[in-house]
Amino acid sequence: MADEKDREETAVAEFHKKIKEAFEVFDHESNNTVDVREIGTIIRSLGCCPSEGELHDLIAEVFTPGSEGTPHLHVPADAIEIVQIHSDSQSFLEEEEPTGYIRFEKFLPVMTEILLERRYRPIPEDVLLRAFEVLDTAKRGFLTKDELIKYMTEEGEPFSQEEMEEMLSAAIDPESNSINYKDYISMMVIDEN
Amino acid sequence: MGSGTSTQHHFAFQNAERAFKAAALIQRWYRRYVARLEMRRRCTWNIFQSIEYAGQQDQVKLHDFFSYLMDHFTPSSHNERDFLTRIFTEERFAQDSQMEKCSDYESIEVPDSYRGPHLSFPLLPDHATALVEAFRLKQQLHARYVLNLLYETKKHLVQLPNINRVSTCYSEEITVCGDLHGQLDDLIFIFYKNGLPSPERSYVFNGDFVDRGKDSVEILMILFAFMLVYPKEFHLNRGNHEDHMVNLRYGFTKEVMSKYKIHGKEILRTLKDVFCWLPLATLIDEKVLILHGGVSDITDLELLDKIERCKIVSIMRCKTRQKSENQMEEQRIANQKSSAQGPIPWFLPQSRSLPSSPLRLGPYKAHKSSRSSSIPSGGSLDGRELSQRVRSSVELELERCRQQAGLLVTEEKEEPSCSASETDSDTGELRKPTQEEWRQVVDILWSDPMAQEGCKANTIRGGGCYFGPDVTEQLLQKYKLQFLIRSHECKPEGYEFCHNRKVLTIFSASNYYEVGSNRGAYVKLGPALTPHIVQYQANKVTHTLTMRQRISRVEESALRALREKLFAHSSNLLIEFKKHDVDKVGLITLSDWAAVVESVLHLGLPWRMLRPQLVNSSADNMLEYKSWLKNLAEEQLSRENIQSSLLETLYRNRSNLETIFRIIDSDHSGFISLDELRQTWKLFSSHMNIDVTDDCICDLARSIDFNKDGNIDINEFLEAFRLVEKTCPEGDASECPQATNAEDSGCSSPGTC
Repeated sequence: MADEKDREETAVAEFHKKIKEAFEVFDHESNNTVDVREIGTIIRSLGCCPSEGELHDLIAEVFTPGSEGTPHLHVPADAIEIVQIHSDSQSFLEEEEPTGYIRFEKFLPVMTEILLERRYRPIPEDVLLRAFEVLDTAKRGFLTKDELIKYMTEEGEPFSQEEMEEMLSAAIDPESNSINYKDYISMMVIDEN
Repeated sequence: MGSGTSTQHHFAFQNAERAFKAAALIQRWYRRYVARLEMRRRCTWNIFQSIEYAGQQDQVKLHDFFSYLMDHFTPSSHNERDFLTRIFTEERFAQDSQMEKCSDYESIEVPDSYRGPHLSFPLLPDHATALVEAFRLKQQLHARYVLNLLYETKKHLVQLPNINRVSTCYSEEITVCGDLHGQLDDLIFIFYKNGLPSPERSYVFNGDFVDRGKDSVEILMILFAFMLVYPKEFHLNRGNHEDHMVNLRYGFTKEVMSKYKIHGKEILRTLKDVFCWLPLATLIDEKVLILHGGVSDITDLELLDKIERCKIVSIMRCKTRQKSENQMEEQRIANQKSSAQGPIPWFLPQSRSLPSSPLRLGPYKAHKSSRSSSIPSGGSLDGRELSQRVRSSVELELERCRQQAGLLVTEEKEEPSCSASETDSDTGELRKPTQEEWRQVVDILWSDPMAQEGCKANTIRGGGCYFGPDVTEQLLQKYKLQFLIRSHECKPEGYEFCHNRKVLTIFSASNYYEVGSNRGAYVKLGPALTPHIVQYQANKVTHTLTMRQRISRVEESALRALREKLFAHSSNLLIEFKKHDVDKVGLITLSDWAAVVESVLHLGLPWRMLRPQLVNSSADNMLEYKSWLKNLAEEQLSRENIQSSLLETLYRNRSNLETIFRIIDSDHSGFISLDELRQTWKLFSSHMNIDVTDDCICDLARSIDFNKDGNIDINEFLEAFRLVEKTCPEGDASECPQATNAEDSGCSSPGTC
């Protein structure tokens, strides 16, 4: 029993270090806070795969809304227009988003527990494949570009335009205008490793 | 019920639900993928930044080295004395009079075979436009025109005030651009997208035109040409890289010498003058202040307006007026206080961050004691001894620094053109800047904003300070300004707001670290002075890549640089690894690996996140550290017969060595003698406590001296060990990666070099 407790303590210590590292990558002001809009990235890069809904619930647990500290990413829409040139997305305007930040002290215990309980496990390749197959009602082995767009932007937890475009740029074969999802998955999985 | 319709509905509903779930799953998976990419992108950025800043700290160490030399080194032989003299006195050129230099370009003939652009003065807009086009076609401007243009540029700059005041009522809008760092593609792109400068289109270029990129000369030519053609609408601010000492290190000197083999020296000499005549800041409508680095809590615009900016030649050369005894005493006290932190190089202000004390917002005088300079490092000394050393070595130091440049004549003749514009009644001596004046300028050129309140020394850069939002607010209120535009720092998006949107950083060199690493940006200020930012990335290749591919490319480049850094610290890493390997089985945990690497490299990087890309194989969470180090060594291409430890040392000190070599090579020939190499190495290694024998270096050098004439090509020396595929002889069971076998060349035999 003592042995198991030791192991858990070591595991917790390791988790703490990992969480701290990931957090610090986004702690631009070196004051142990990160912008709330980056917390999803942090959680996901620690090995978890929550849905957007689950993420929002999580954030609610640790979130501190508001006006203290000024996240410098926030830019009111009326004062600045960013025109991107030489880039695949067309011009966009920064939208008003809820501002706020997450403090490390609040985040650490919540995240540690998530890791200990192994919540929000990543999705295995075969499960992913089956999901695509469900959408491919005609069982052709591929989805057309339009079908993919329809599903990704109308079903589930819909993609933003930016997310959709980014996925299309890598997934769609320009000649056939479709995605061979099996190949796509293989490619993405290799890339991960 | 059992009717067909409801069954169909039931199926339909089920299918819809399944589709919904499937889509949700795919989205969930994809978002995680994107998040991981984003994390990798961030880590990559951190790698580049921390390596860049670590490199800047080297500059500080370099300066310590020169201090050390004067303090400790006693030449033990005639040769050594000669050598030292050579380092510290400059090489006189054949021509004596520096004054005539300026108009000497007239004697330079442009051959008929020259196909580049021709300039005639006074310059016309067409000439400037032709320059842009010519450089786009990769032509090179003839040295005669370069010198002529520089001469005219200087004549113009001398008339300008330190702070340029510009009004938007004369033109519709003003475009402000940040660092270009020799990247001509970005400049051409800006002109293409935003339009060429004209009476209706004003521009401000906010410093750092040169160094690092390969077309610094061309950028300068274009910027100076437009400035001459549109003096009211085209403005330049000085950046910290408009400094000949910095240029020695970061590539501009090298670029000039390689493009202009005959007249390069002259061009460099003239540029040195031109640089220190560049205005320090631009003020738009009395509302928007544009300067290169930032501000500090003692920034005084009225003072800045009045100083003779040409006196501040380089950050590495602080020639100031004699200090009073009082100041020395204050200095000693300040030094004692800070001794716990370790010695700080002499030209740095001490830390000024005090816990929320109103005093720090007081006038300059209140800060004098805390802002005085510190002592050069070089061993532990007590306070009294320190102050004595300071007294003597500061003056020596100043003198020495000045001469190190090797580009200037002695004091009496110094900056004659500078004195032409001043009336010094007293003694006829040239007035030197005071410590305060010097600081004011360095603060403008080198400071960075920080999130925390307060103002403290910028130890990473080795000059200027970190200033907080309160400092910005104080300055804006004092001078009734709206906001600040500065550059100096690379940003992933090419721009960044901070301090409640009162400070805008604008950076115009896209792909600064690597192709795909960052965007560039420029900002347009309309009549209401609202900023309108345009981003770009001047490389079509990245445009066609997916996000994933872009990130991979940049990442690979960053990792390569990081692995090289790791290699450069192999010996220390090994020592620390062993400490964790208590049972001496050759294994450590991955957690220990991360801890050790950070403690040795001090880069502040997320090592656990990076580990999968740096450590290939680890069974059971344990790492065989010796073979990992060996793999690192093998990755670095090198010549045969070079001891790994020597290689490691050279890597670690490469930039400093390069800078020293270039200083020694005072006539910029690109060569130093074997003997000089040996001397330099000996001095350098004793100061840095490097344990590599002189003979090893000698052998290395001799192997590079291809034509055996006793002269080493500096560039070849520095790059030689990168060129050849290393055939690594299998080491025996001995511990260090530097195991030498019997065939290794005479490092063990005393030889004469």
